[in-house]
Amino acid sequence: MTKLTRLEVNCTTGEVQEIELTAEEIKQRETDTAIAKIEADERAQAEADKLAAKASAHAKLAKLGLLPDEIAALL
Amino acid sequence: MANTYTKIASVSVGSGGAATIDFSSIPTTYTDLLIKVSSRTSATGVAENLLVKFNNSSATFSNKTLRGSGSAAVSYSFTTNGFGGFLNAATSTSSTFGNTEIYIPNYAGSTNKSFSSDSVTENNATEAYALLAAGLWSTTTAINQITLYSDSSGTIQQYSTATLYGISNT
Repeated sequence: MTKLTRLEVNCTTGEVQEIELTAEEIKQRETDTAIAKIEADERAQAEADKLAAKASAHAKLAKLGLLPDEIAALL
Repeated sequence: MANTYTKIASVSVGSGGAATIDFSSIPTTYTDLLIKVSSRTSATGVAENLLVKFNNSSATFSNKTLRGSGSAAVSYSFTTNGFGGFLNAATSTSSTFGNTEIYIPNYAGSTNKSFSSDSVTENNATEAYALLAAGLWSTTTAINQITLYSDSSGTIQQYSTATLYGISNT
């Protein structure tokens, strides 16, 4: 398994180091990833809900007799 | 670029990839900071989030983003991570990279730190992204370390680069 490393640039000295992640850093990375995934899933769901609402609105407006160009101007 | 820009540090990722890129010991002698990133991640998908930490903290960040995908535009919020932009991901056209700029005004001041990002991905297909983001780090300490990393456990791939500039208003 490839070891995870971080690339650290010391902005004062200019030194660049490739440092293997500690167990604590790997655990923190896993936590960050898990949190990010939850938020990404919530965003994806919100996007899907918005698209579904838009499709529903489109269908209802079409039933009312609006032409596609008129609906596009509204949505 | 205005002559008040100074390159503080630059880094290129080597063959093994990197979990994070860290700019540490950032001097407090500038007014603002600008980071330019060209990056690709091993994570799946066309694009993946480029996240940031300040002073090794991912807490107290909030963000609003406007994003176009090539077929739709959406806006959304981040509340649990610092959002910097996008990296190209594993299924985007090979050997292409996402481009991101992150601007951090008054990074050394004693107020909360706002920042803005603009970012694009490259892909020889319909799905590619462009975004603008406004972020806030609700912490008053000066920023002395900036960490860049890929969401979803991806590692930053070889030939990705990041350059940190300091900007003085005088």
